Amino acid sequence: MAETGLLKTTDTQKKKTREFFQLLLGHGMGKTGIIIIIIFLVMAFFSPLLWTNDPYKSGEAKDILVKPSAEFWLGTDDMGKDVWSQVVYGARVSIMIGFIAAVITVVTGAFVGIVAGFFGGKLEEGLMRIVDFFMMLPILPLMIVLAAVLGPSIWNIVFVISVVSWPTTARVVRSQVLSLKERPFIEAARCIGAPNKRIMFREILPNVVPLLFAQSILMITETIYAESVLSFLGLGDASKISWGQMLHFAFESGAMSNSPWWVIPPILSIVLLIVSFSFLGTAVSDVLTPGYKEKRGY
Amino acid sequence: MNAFSSASPSSPPLLEVRDLKLHFPVESGIVFRRRVGAVRAVDGVSFSMDRGETLGLVGESGCGKSTTARAVAQLLPPTAGDVLLEGASLPSMGRDELLRARRNIQLIFQDPYASLDPRMTAGNIIAEPLIIYRNRGIIELEKRDINRRVEELMERVGLSRHFRNRYPHEFSGGQRQRIGIARALALGPRLILADEPVSALDVSIQAQILNLLSDLQREMGIAFLFIAHDLAVIEYIASRVAVMYLGRIVELADSAALYSRPLHPYTQALLSAAPIPDPDLERSRRRIILSGDVPSPDLERHGCYFYDRCPKRMDICKTRIPELTEVAQRHQVACFLHHDPL
Repeated sequence: MAETGLLKTTDTQKKKTREFFQLLLGHGMGKTGIIIIIIFLVMAFFSPLLWTNDPYKSGEAKDILVKPSAEFWLGTDDMGKDVWSQVVYGARVSIMIGFIAAVITVVTGAFVGIVAGFFGGKLEEGLMRIVDFFMMLPILPLMIVLAAVLGPSIWNIVFVISVVSWPTTARVVRSQVLSLKERPFIEAARCIGAPNKRIMFREILPNVVPLLFAQSILMITETIYAESVLSFLGLGDASKISWGQMLHFAFESGAMSNSPWWVIPPILSIVLLIVSFSFLGTAVSDVLTPGYKEKRGY
Repeated sequence: MNAFSSASPSSPPLLEVRDLKLHFPVESGIVFRRRVGAVRAVDGVSFSMDRGETLGLVGESGCGKSTTARAVAQLLPPTAGDVLLEGASLPSMGRDELLRARRNIQLIFQDPYASLDPRMTAGNIIAEPLIIYRNRGIIELEKRDINRRVEELMERVGLSRHFRNRYPHEFSGGQRQRIGIARALALGPRLILADEPVSALDVSIQAQILNLLSDLQREMGIAFLFIAHDLAVIEYIASRVAVMYLGRIVELADSAALYSRPLHPYTQALLSAAPIPDPDLERSRRRIILSGDVPSPDLERHGCYFYDRCPKRMDICKTRIPELTEVAQRHQVACFLHHDPL
């Protein structure tokens, strides 16, 4: 690095962030993923402006199972509710559940992973056995029991998905911490008297952030998927519209085979959203791989 | 044992290391882990250092140089022996007491790439020790003072203060080592343990860093325990030199005496292995080639540690361990060629 080039002050952090997003948008999968996700986010945030009919309002007898038309863009269901409005509104629930559960999962997993990896010994053993326990929890019976005890609500779904998902993050983070804590800069931190708490959260945590970022994207897709499955099986909150819930009602009313306009939109939405998050995840891990920038000739 | 204690008995030397041992346990067994032995990384090291002096520590890879430094700094708990900083025993200190004492012992690391947190800016890396000691209430500094101190330190080690917001990967190896040096200086230590601080750098950069270190020493009166495997570097910077072999010091002398008249057969072999930048001299001199490799440090030894490879071994060397003994003015050696068993 040339000595003269260093004399100018620049805000490197900002520059790096901008460069990261530039690379991400230059990545084919990254661009596709981001565009689709933004479309769904717009749907979720502005759903009251986008829906053409109240998604909760049942229609009159003549409006039941109507094919797509100018009034009902995607037709209606067996209660005469507008399918387009339900898809728009369902984006809200699916994305909200996805983000909330992903945050809970990643924060808990990161904390447990860092503590276990850093301290090692008996504490690590103990925490990892707890991780194993939660990893093995059967999600469906747990949901059924919770729905029965607490009554169905989307918070049950968030809770159950978080409870069974955080162990994955904890394991991944722990293995990263095991290698990080042997690095010389950790020894250097000890040498200047850094207490354990500071080493864990000021030295190690920033170094696992890229990993946590990738994990959260992964967790969002898993959560959206899990929400759909649970709702489809009737374990969700029947009073809240979500894509899984729509499929559940379509299945129950036997409309799967004769009303494709009711069934295809939620399926397509689930698939598109999950695939676009996977695209984003792949793009992020590509871009974060050292040497990517050079390979692309930037 | 300690031949070079300071002049007045009332003031203890800056650092005194007494029979320091550090053994790493070797465990085996699938179901039941049990201790089957120990790697004797440091096996009975004693030396002392005065204020403001530079003691060089040489030896080949794996002889325990770095481990000695870590045991002195209490980064690794010693198995046995004592480390006294200005007469106070470090291994027996509690956490808070040790934190206060450690302020006076700082380390400079070998690898300027791995020893700086890649996600912290240069300024934050240098400020870190100040922030930690302020948070613990050991030093009193305003936030503004810390910023000013960081800038002073950066300029002192030859870095522009404008670089404070840059990340380690944006610096060259020499510049990174300067950041590491500034971090070590931040708390105003009396002793810096420099663990091969230049061996990862280019030769031209090595000279710059060495000059920086000797300037700092002159100005601030810091003592250096300077670890290296490069004999030329040690000769350049150290006033006294200790030669280590297999976890023990075999010879300890003023650097002029050690380089001109090495007594221990290992020191002689080591010096004869170093190249001389003069082809005629290089061609005409006789090299001492040692047979075999350094033996494994996991055995308990009852004779001289150098017995297996020594070209001048005697019968007594097999059964008695030579202790470091003063054989001339300020010249200690552990070899029965030069002194009788105690």
